[in-house]
Amino acid sequence: MAEFTLVVNGQPHKVDVAGGTPLLWVLRDSLGLTGTKYGCGVAQCGACTVHLDGEATRSCLTSVESVGARKVTTIEGLSPDRSHPLQKAWVAEQVPQCGYCQSGMLMTAAQLLSQKPQPSDADIDASLGAHICRCGTYQRIRSAVHRAAADKGGAR
Amino acid sequence: MKRRSFVQASATVGLGLVVGFRFEALLAQEAAKPALPNPFDAWIRIDAAGDVTLVCGKSEMGQGIHTALTQILADEVEVDWARVRVEQAPTNGAFYDHGTGGSSSVRGSYKTLRQAAATARTQLVATAAEQWKAPVSECRAERGEIVHAPTGRRLGYGALAAPAALRPLPDPATVVLKDAKDFRIIGQSIPRNDIPAKIDGSARFGLDVRVPGMLFAVIARCPTFGGALKSFDAAKAKASPGVVAVVEVPPGPKGSFAPGGVAVVAKSTWQAIQGRNALAVQWNPGPHAAESDATLRKSFEQLTSAPATAFRSDGDAAAALASAAVKVEATYELPFQAHASMEPLNATVDVRADRAEAWLATQDPKWAQDLIMEVTGLKAEAVTVHTTYMGGGFGRRASADYIVEGAQVSQLVKAPVQVVWTREDDMQHGSYRPAAMHRFSAALDAAGKPVAWLDRMSSVSISRQWDDPAKVKPWASEIDGAVNLPYAIPNLRMEYADAPSGVPRMWWRSVEHSINGFAVESFVDELAAAARVDPLAFRLALLAEPRLVKSPNDPDGTPLDTKRLKACLELAASKAGWGEPLPAGRARGLACHFSFLSYAAQVAEVSLVNGAPRVHRIVAAVDCGRAINPDGVAAQVESSVVYALSAALKGSISIAKGAVEQSNFHDFEVLRLPEMPRVEVHIVASDTVPTGIGEPGLPPVASAVGNALFALTGKRVRRLPIRASDLA
Ligand code: FES
Ligand code: FES
Repeated sequence: MAEFTLVVNGQPHKVDVAGGTPLLWVLRDSLGLTGTKYGCGVAQCGACTVHLDGEATRSCLTSVESVGARKVTTIEGLSPDRSHPLQKAWVAEQVPQCGYCQSGMLMTAAQLLSQKPQPSDADIDASLGAHICRCGTYQRIRSAVHRAAADKGGAR
Repeated sequence: MKRRSFVQASATVGLGLVVGFRFEALLAQEAAKPALPNPFDAWIRIDAAGDVTLVCGKSEMGQGIHTALTQILADEVEVDWARVRVEQAPTNGAFYDHGTGGSSSVRGSYKTLRQAAATARTQLVATAAEQWKAPVSECRAERGEIVHAPTGRRLGYGALAAPAALRPLPDPATVVLKDAKDFRIIGQSIPRNDIPAKIDGSARFGLDVRVPGMLFAVIARCPTFGGALKSFDAAKAKASPGVVAVVEVPPGPKGSFAPGGVAVVAKSTWQAIQGRNALAVQWNPGPHAAESDATLRKSFEQLTSAPATAFRSDGDAAAALASAAVKVEATYELPFQAHASMEPLNATVDVRADRAEAWLATQDPKWAQDLIMEVTGLKAEAVTVHTTYMGGGFGRRASADYIVEGAQVSQLVKAPVQVVWTREDDMQHGSYRPAAMHRFSAALDAAGKPVAWLDRMSSVSISRQWDDPAKVKPWASEIDGAVNLPYAIPNLRMEYADAPSGVPRMWWRSVEHSINGFAVESFVDELAAAARVDPLAFRLALLAEPRLVKSPNDPDGTPLDTKRLKACLELAASKAGWGEPLPAGRARGLACHFSFLSYAAQVAEVSLVNGAPRVHRIVAAVDCGRAINPDGVAAQVESSVVYALSAALKGSISIAKGAVEQSNFHDFEVLRLPEMPRVEVHIVASDTVPTGIGEPGLPPVASAVGNALFALTGKRVRRLPIRASDLA
């Protein structure tokens, strides 16, 4: 066990865990930030995606000791009030079903938009193609990313 | 006949008007159930603020049920949408509640929920009329208020709730349901009420439950089905950081299918997983250790090669086959399938000496409660189950093995415990969609009309594993969708034999329809090809004469209406441009199917990309009666299409040495976003009672795709998942 200081959603947190502990479980079990999900543990599904200094990263394969000074952003920190254009678009397109995969989808989509404000279908495929949604919300995800890019988020 | 009263008011100071009712009292099987200690399992509560809450046990797993139910409530009770909400009722000794599955929530409760809501509305009208000393006939409900028409006086529901609770409820005969033409909320694509919590991380799933003092556990289970613990050495696991206990877990109560094993309990999930990695454990592999896909296939081949129990026999299929002008024979095979919900299984349970509390992502909180009672010896009043959101259910969460484990481990370590299944556990210790085989023989006359149809089916029966062997009906969840063949064929015989297997199985989205929809609709397509008739025209001709087809599994149930199936097929075909030219390298195929009292037809558009099948477009038509929320209906069909495409094109579960070979999403692949076809959903306008929609969009998918691939390549898809080698 060792002490680590993590900056999560702008707040510093001290945790006392083994250095090899995946960030996923530190967020969920030590910090109670359960919005980041466990789906596979082996970088296959994307449910655990968070941002490290703005970069979408799979927290299930990111050891806490490797985070260093990088700032962690989780779904809870994407916006203070569901006002991120993607969150608005997610509502407008009625994307989530069970909702379990959506934290990861949103975090990856947020990085995509920050890098490519007007993504093509191919860009969306390349970015979100490594995520899994068992409820099959893919068609709506694609529409919602385009909607957010066009900044048409908001009421349907 | 006196109608059983299932609606009743109760007054609780401070709560306002509460109307209790039986949620699904009108379902045939409900009527047959024995009397219950408390007659209610759902309540409508109107509080002093005029807010209306539906308290019920229906669980939300992504199907949008909390939205659909509140739409029905808001409309019938006559308030604006913003005024209604759902409260998930805990399961405790006080009432009986239902599982969520079988695409039954709306169809089962549509009448009763409306009746109860109309009762509440009628009560509020009567209360206002009394206060105004006006005749009831001059008062009406309007958006959360009662209006006295002649004077324009108004009283809000909030002000009326408390006095309304003190009056006896109106005579059911005086309760009048709204006319459908006055619906304002039913039939609208209202945004779902669970979505805001699902975009900011605040929705609480089973795995997100946090209880003071809780521990986390993972369990080592015997890799071969039916095996048992031989011995284990806990020393290294106990020395692993954070591990607080390593305990032997016995097999669960009969019928729970909890296999037992060794639980490693720690202060965090990761520590528990690490502890289990350090555990040394040996197993007795048990009686099924030699089972494999090959042994099962051999059983299926034997069982479908000899006559078996017939469930439908019209005319004389054997004679008609013997004298056939053209005989067509084909065998279809389907593998086990995993549910693989995105949220792995888990259970958080706190067993104390005198009570237990559980937080569960479950489709069946009542069964969960029963099993926790059985494990702990506690009475119903002492066991409370809180149902959380589910990260997918698809039938897997109608099982309770994982729940039993939660209760067992909490009891053993005397602390609240969250038993977590890793994805590998979830993949390898599932309750799978059965593997199955259909062996068909059909006869066409000289004009190409089918005159005989013999279907010998074998599968690994779901019921067989849990029913009392003396009363077992192995076919109960196996033959629908095959036995009630909608097509007019004069000589017809459908047989079924169940195959032995140690693999646990359970309802998987659309249950047997996922199997039978593929086999039947593919084979019908083969007959059309043999007759050299367009597949749409071939089906329409066999559906031309309107008929009602019953299933022997549900002889008193609503039969299949061929008119509605035909209309669906025609709608899908016309929206898809059936018969119109396509670019080179593309082809269409179609299929239709009746399940959960709803009708579905689909046209798939496919091509080959580097020899592998690629689905570009699915045009779906559904008739699910009145659509409560059309966008929700579309979402369920989109979802069913993706789930079916994963099974048609991607992963499956294979068995070797009595164990599952797959372990995670790298070897159990599912459809991902780049492969998502365009899905267009068309809803047949209907004012009949709503029917199922969570599942009926699934069964036609694989056959529509396979039939399209046949049109493209001339190769018939007879097994799933579709392999490129089968098309070469
Ligand atoms: S949990 Fe990290 S990718 Fe699946
Ligand atoms: S919404 Fe259920 S897994 Fe994506």
